[in-house]
Amino acid sequence: MTKPAPSPSPPQLPVSLAANPVLSSWVRFSPHGHVMVSPGKVEIGQGIVTALAQMAADELDVDIGRIQMVRASTAGSPNEGVTSGSLSVQQSGRAIRQVCAEVRQIFLGAASDRLGVGIDALDIKDGAISGPGNVRTSYWELADDVQLDREAAPGATPKISTQRVLAGNSIQRLDLPDKVFANPRFIHDQVLPGMLHGRVLRSELSAAILVDMPADGARAVAGLVAVVRDGNFAGVVSETEDGAEAAIKALRKGAVWSAGETLPDEDRLAEWLKAQPAELTVIDKKTASQTNEKKRTIRRQYTRPYLAHASIAPSCAMAQWSGDRVQVWTHSQGVYFLRADLALVLKLPGENITVEHMEGAGCYGHNAADDVALDAVLLAKAAGGRPVRVQWSRGDEMSHAPFGAAMAIEIEADLDVQGEIVNWRHSIWSNGHTARPGRAAQPALLAATELATPFTRYIATNPPQANGGGADRNSIPLYDFPSWQIECHRLLTMPIRTSALRTLGAQGNVFAIESFLDELAAERGEDPVDFRLRNLSDSRAQDVIRLVAKRANWKPDRQAGRGYGLGFARYKNTGAYCAVVAEVEGAEDISVKRLTIAVDVGEAINPDGVINQIEGGAIQATSWVLKEQVRFDRQRITSNTWTAYPILRFSEVPEVHVELIQRPDSEPLGAGEAAHGPVTAAIANAVFDALGVRVRNLPITRDSLIAAMELTA
Amino acid sequence: MPSIRFRLNGVETDIDGDPDRSLLDILRGQLGMTGPHFGCGANECGACNVIVGDRVVASCDAPLWSVADKDITTIEGLGSAQQPHPLQRAFIAEQALQCGYCVSGILMSAAALLMRNPKPSDAEVRAALDRNLCRCGSHNRMVRAVLRAAAEMATR
Repeated sequence: MTKPAPSPSPPQLPVSLAANPVLSSWVRFSPHGHVMVSPGKVEIGQGIVTALAQMAADELDVDIGRIQMVRASTAGSPNEGVTSGSLSVQQSGRAIRQVCAEVRQIFLGAASDRLGVGIDALDIKDGAISGPGNVRTSYWELADDVQLDREAAPGATPKISTQRVLAGNSIQRLDLPDKVFANPRFIHDQVLPGMLHGRVLRSELSAAILVDMPADGARAVAGLVAVVRDGNFAGVVSETEDGAEAAIKALRKGAVWSAGETLPDEDRLAEWLKAQPAELTVIDKKTASQTNEKKRTIRRQYTRPYLAHASIAPSCAMAQWSGDRVQVWTHSQGVYFLRADLALVLKLPGENITVEHMEGAGCYGHNAADDVALDAVLLAKAAGGRPVRVQWSRGDEMSHAPFGAAMAIEIEADLDVQGEIVNWRHSIWSNGHTARPGRAAQPALLAATELATPFTRYIATNPPQANGGGADRNSIPLYDFPSWQIECHRLLTMPIRTSALRTLGAQGNVFAIESFLDELAAERGEDPVDFRLRNLSDSRAQDVIRLVAKRANWKPDRQAGRGYGLGFARYKNTGAYCAVVAEVEGAEDISVKRLTIAVDVGEAINPDGVINQIEGGAIQATSWVLKEQVRFDRQRITSNTWTAYPILRFSEVPEVHVELIQRPDSEPLGAGEAAHGPVTAAIANAVFDALGVRVRNLPITRDSLIAAMELTA
Repeated sequence: MPSIRFRLNGVETDIDGDPDRSLLDILRGQLGMTGPHFGCGANECGACNVIVGDRVVASCDAPLWSVADKDITTIEGLGSAQQPHPLQRAFIAEQALQCGYCVSGILMSAAALLMRNPKPSDAEVRAALDRNLCRCGSHNRMVRAVLRAAAEMATR
């Protein structure tokens, strides 16, 4: 049976293009035979810029070597908000395709006029436009005569998948050679003329108050330019980096702090989360017209701890004042949003502030990138117009940057006499998962809360479900349960600072849902693959589960001390489909031996890039599950070194096998966050398979295993 | 201040300065070499790794005096786009990184491994890289790249 064709709707511009309609803000032709492509999204180490270049080159029919990707800047780039949520290909990619399709049409029109040949007779090859009788011109010859400072018109049609040459191919990443040959590419490696170095003084104590700060020691350090203090914000500026380090060390020695905010008891985190004042939102409600009678109810609680972004590079920024204008270089994920917050703090109009992106290390969400930019701006005020580079310490990066929020999740299912789910309730207690800059009437930057005239701390919120949700991300089941109620308690206090970490709440929610389903299937004596397939009508969901089961030879025979588990999710319920089979080994200490993954991202622009993202996400999730937990006492974050916050090492990394389902005619979907939730659940379910123990509190460590065993006994 | 002399990527180098300063400070500051990266300053992540003699060393934790008269190789001395080291070629061929901040240190750990063990096993590569942290999850690709480079070097 075929579905009736959808009635044609008026053509609409992709969302990023509708917000930034001027064609020349996206694409320009340089006189040297290059095409300058300006996305509003930035490279955060995931290869996105390469995928966007592929899309532009395909649409324009130019060699990818001619594409020059322009770094985002508030000086002229399209404003695409923030680079997050696995949306870069979906948003920027669609806009670039649409722009390039229209630009191509415009140039074909101009070429037709100049050459006296109908558009349909023209052909474009690597930017050269030719027609019958050997007539030819090019984008670059025509560029002066073609006006691209005009708004995009809906109606241009990007190529269909079979006409594309580059998309769908694993083009090598454009940024890799620089990184492998150590050409300065990171913001950390840039040197501006006359550049000074700054360091900021922060106490280990959370939200500490600076009582006294003798500065004689710091002033005695050679090369010192300035000691800066504004309330609880303090720092130094020096001619050299080690001068700045020495001066901040001297300043730290004499500084007297008093404790600021009391932190929760880390051993009673779930109780604490549930006891805080909170805003309750009903995320979704589904009511069945008729269900079987409920026979019994099962309730389980799951938790995940605070998680650190733990970038390998401490955050870094540069700033330079000129009169009442300031230029900022940053690895922030959103240059316009950062500018908006800087404007609030500095009480300057946005146009006085230029924020330009430079690559940093992988950030995995909202880390201290934006905070350090304000630090640099504040310290640069004392630099007499010279640029100041500020870099955080490892300790500050691990304790003062925002964390991924801890979560307590309760799921309750009503079962009928056959053990089938008739009703499902999912409740979340968590801080908000986003406190990014630029969203509110108050700034979200750390130093803003430290100034003599401080801004109050911005309490993290959750994006609406329409944008994927926050704490509630992936909390609505993709399964066909007859009725459910999903609710989220967002904390209104935030003693431990939280903001966006890769997947927001999806990792916690998928862990909870998929663990619970595994438990229900096991209780029914039903195979977890069959159980899921029976409760899922989405055929793409079924496809990834079937494929992963096949690739993992589901289910291998039982062996002592070895277990297999399944996890599945569609990221945000609208993004990539991902199913995982984990194989674990161990008794007291769990090691993950192998992850087999099937993924469907629709059209994969760069299949190897997608696989790289899935592999990386899977390994990062394994690290979260087995090792990671932000530690704190009642006054300070204590996990402020790599020893106190260990992450997965080479010898502990599982084998990862990724299989892509290619759908070249479907919308391309992001891959960076698809694996985390399913991997987490698959590992937990494999631990149950191996040991018969349900660990419902992450991370799965020797301690949590013992606690879970005691509970089982 | 005494002058400390060493050979940096084959070039005789003299540094006047506090012998207790870290090699990383000198490399990135005075010598303007930005290949070795600062990650933690405590010999816990490997982003600043360089080769001293035939051993891999965290340059953030190596005082200047400890490298007097030694041969130091940084990522800048490993190879270039024109004359890449087999490891660099292999890392590109395997697309063995994501953000790449850790990679200059990892390449040095791998280069030191291949100097003493030209035919390492998968487990030996992992052991050699175990003190290097990667947050993007590119570990398996990096291991494949090191094995690929070793195989290439064996056939030359």
